[in-house]
This record gives sequence, structure tokens and C-alpha cells, in this order.
Amino acid sequence: MSLILDHVNYIYGSDTNLAVKALDDICLQIPDGQFIGIIGHTGSGKSTLVQHLNGLLKPSSGAIYFNGQDIGDEDFNKKELRSKVGLVFQYPEHQLFEITVFQDVCFGPKNLGLSQKEIELRAYSALKQVGLEDEYFYQSPFELSGGQKRRVAIAGVLAMQPEILILDEPTAGLDPKGRDEILGQIAKLKEETGMTIVLVSHSMEDVAEFVDRIIVMNKGKVMYDDVPKAVFSHYKELEEIGLAAPQVTYIVKEMQQAGFPVEGNATTIAEAKAEILKAFGK
Amino acid sequence: MLREITIGQYYQTDSVIHRLDPRVKLVATIAYIVSLFIVNQVWGYILAALFLAMVIKLSNVPFSYMIKGMRAVILLLMITVIFNLFLTPGEVLISLWKLHITKEGLKIAIMMAVRLTFLIIGSSVMTLTTTPNNLTDGLEALMKPLKVFKVPVHEVAMMMSIALRFIPILLEETDKIMKAQIARGADFESGNLMKKAKAMVPLLVPLFISAFRRANDLAMAMEARCYRGGDGRTKMKPLIYQKRDYIGYIVLLLYLGLCVCVGRLLPVVLAAFI
Repeated sequence: MSLILDHVNYIYGSDTNLAVKALDDICLQIPDGQFIGIIGHTGSGKSTLVQHLNGLLKPSSGAIYFNGQDIGDEDFNKKELRSKVGLVFQYPEHQLFEITVFQDVCFGPKNLGLSQKEIELRAYSALKQVGLEDEYFYQSPFELSGGQKRRVAIAGVLAMQPEILILDEPTAGLDPKGRDEILGQIAKLKEETGMTIVLVSHSMEDVAEFVDRIIVMNKGKVMYDDVPKAVFSHYKELEEIGLAAPQVTYIVKEMQQAGFPVEGNATTIAEAKAEILKAFGK
Repeated sequence: MLREITIGQYYQTDSVIHRLDPRVKLVATIAYIVSLFIVNQVWGYILAALFLAMVIKLSNVPFSYMIKGMRAVILLLMITVIFNLFLTPGEVLISLWKLHITKEGLKIAIMMAVRLTFLIIGSSVMTLTTTPNNLTDGLEALMKPLKVFKVPVHEVAMMMSIALRFIPILLEETDKIMKAQIARGADFESGNLMKKAKAMVPLLVPLFISAFRRANDLAMAMEARCYRGGDGRTKMKPLIYQKRDYIGYIVLLLYLGLCVCVGRLLPVVLAAFI
């Protein structure tokens, strides 16, 4: 189950004087089981890119292949694609509409035409996967807190049991606790199911800790596509486009420059801790 | 998807029409609409079309962009045409079962279609070339005399401009929610009318909630900046007529004069020739 993007271009408002090239010659491969972070500044094309992955937007030119099939083909089953490539939008809680949390999560699997039993099973396990307690299941989704609403919305996509899960800024607008909870759930989900996860974010801390691979977008182009350590070694260039390496990277870099025997490429707090302890001979 | 609806949106570019005083544009739009309903001859409509074409050309807004906005009102147009076509009594041209197309009906149907099309394009030229802020200022200035009759002029103008400003915001929101629900397997296109109406629930509920949330936020933001109606409120850019605005009025008067002439005189002239 892999996704391949072949020279994808996308232009917004092509017939006005405000035409913007949102994607510029994107070539990417998303293989099975990877945990990928897409980072980039506001307007760098991240959201546009992920909307191509499940066929919501059609490339202006170029092609996208899902398991070797061109998703732009006339007879390609888009509905099936959308159940296999689950996309959680930014502020997904804005899409909630049902009377109860449980019914809302059922919406996705119901659209897949499954039996009532299967629908409910999937909804139940999805809500469990995002760590929502049973007591909330039959409440109105509008009575929940921001973080809970977001988990319900993510469960709504998970209930379709996608093979690839894409989350567009899942932590935007959440407090630190809500943020940690959501990221923790995503990491756990990855561990338990082994599904491919694409995490779009502009917070380096969010992605550095979990992902195997980082794609940096800038002005509609892929700027870097590598493992986190390699990407964050370009921290100077990242700063130029309004991004940065995780804060701990700066600390170990400064320590290195101050003459401490540490290697200045730690990207997570755990790594930095190990480096520093090693430097002090512990 | 829905980005294509252009009614009520502002198209950013620079042109004579964009720079015109909003009052001129408002008066001209109203006058133009009235003229569409006064003239009833082919020549009158040709004149109206020429005038509209001239304004569009001057406005620097691509015609294709304007036409895209028409798609939303085609249904309305069709209904008007069909009703007029079949329900006007008169000399029967074609009979289909119990329905009759009459000569008068055909004439009225065509006339209504042309009138509505011009009306919609004409008014969208105004909104495409005037920012909502400008439009409010213009409306307020034009309606000022009504204050004598205790009409809340400022409030009405403010409400109208907020409504206009919210059209693109809500369209964008609709587009976003639609996409989010499509990503969850929702289907807005297939099925019969009943099914389609039912499919709108996952779209409409979040949309209403978001509209209320936005309205609440906006009210709060206005209050936080001490907004309390129009009394004693001054303007950063008060409206002052420039030379081009007077020219605009003159051109409008010329057009209206021509409309009257075409209606009254042309038949006489033509009759004299024949």
C-alpha cells in the first residue's frame, strides 16, 4: 500500500490575476508503515499536498499512484481510496454534527456500506484507540472539551480503518496537555497498528520526537526529505524559511561550541539527556 | 468546488471602475436595473448590453470570472423562463399535451431571461469592483436622508456589509466542511432528491454552528473596540466626489437618456423610414 506522487503541480485560482502555484513539481514516495512528518511555514503547500493524497484535490498536472493505480483515472474508485487514506483535517472538531459522540464516529463506516454490527464495532474500537472513556460515548459532541472533541473527530476517520492516516495540524489550538495527549495517542496508534502515518505540523518538537522521516515544504516545493537528524542539521537554512530545529538541538549545539564533549545533533529531549550525561561521564 | 461562486465577492485589481466613488456605482447599478425594466424593445436591450460590456471592459475583471458566478443562479433563471413560457395566455404556437407555448409567453420568457442575466451581471460588477467597506460607506451616505424618518441607516448599512463580507467566509467554510465529510465517505452528489437533502445534514449542522461562532466572535471583537453604532462616528476616508465621479454620473445620464430615446423615438424614426 504505497502512495507515489509523480511531478505533481497544483495552481489555485488559475483564471484570475491572483493565481498561486501551491505545489511545484512534487515527487514523493510514501511506503508502507512509515511515520512521516511534513513541516513547513503557513502557505508552504502542506495542506494542499495532503488533500491530493486522498483525491480531494486534482493535480493541475502530474499523477498520483495508489498501489500502482493512477487515482486520476476515470474509473478509479475514489470512495475506496478515501476509506484507505484517512485524512483528518485541521480543526477536525468543526466537522462534528451528530447527536451523540458514538453516532458521529459511526458516520464514516456507515458511508462505507458496512453492516450495523460492523459499524458499531469499528466505532467502538476507534473511540478506544483515541482513548476516550465510555462515559462520553452517548453525550453530545458539543459538550466535550476541545481536546476531547478533537479525539472524537480523529476517531471518526479511524473508524473507517484506513491504511494510511494523515493528520493536518492535529495539535493546532490545543493547550500543552491536550497536545501531549493527542501526540501520545498517535504514537501509540502507530505502535499498535503499524499503519502509515503522515503528520503535518509547523511545530518541530511535535514531529522530531516521533517520526522516521521529515519532509520540509517551502513555497510549494519539497526542500528536504530525510531522517530528522539530517533535516535538522540544516537548522540555519530552516531558520531562513521561518522554521527552526527543536529547542534541545540548540542547547546541545551551544554546549558543543562552549567546549563540552557532546555531539550536537540530538533532536529529542531523551537523546540530549543521554548526550549530556555521557559528556559528564555518567 | 465552491470557490467558483463569485457573487458578492471583491475582485482585487485596479481600474477606473474600482476607483469610482461607491455612491456613483450604487446609483448606477440601481439606475441600470430600472432601465432594464423600462425598455422593452430589442434595441433597448442591445443598448443595455453595450453599456454593460463597456463597464466590464473598463473594470479589468475577466468576463469568464464573472460568468462563473452565474452558475449558481441558472436554476432560478430556468424556473422563471419555464413559468413564463408555459403559463402566459395568448396565441398558441406549440402544444405539448396540456401545456401551451404561446407567442406572448415566448416573448416574455426571453425578455425575462435577458433582464435577469443583465441584472445579475450588472450587480455583480458592482460587488466585484467595490470593497465591502466602501460599499457600506456608499450605502450609508446615500441613505442618510432617511434618518429624518428614524431609519437606523448606519446599522442597516453595517448589517448589509457584514452579510456581504460573510459570503466568501462561509463559502470557504462550506468547502472545508464538505471536504472533511467527503474524506469520511460522505456523498453529496448521487442519489435522489430525498437522499441528497439528507446528505446535507452533515454539512449544514457544522456550518450553522460555525456561522454562529463567527458571528459571536465578530460581535465580541466589535464591542472590544468600543463599537456602539453610528452616532458621532467619523471616517478615516470620508467620501468626496472627484472629477471621474462626475464623469461617471454624466455617462450614466447619457445612457439613461439614450434608453428613453430608443424606447420613444426609434420606433418613430424606423416607421418613418419604412
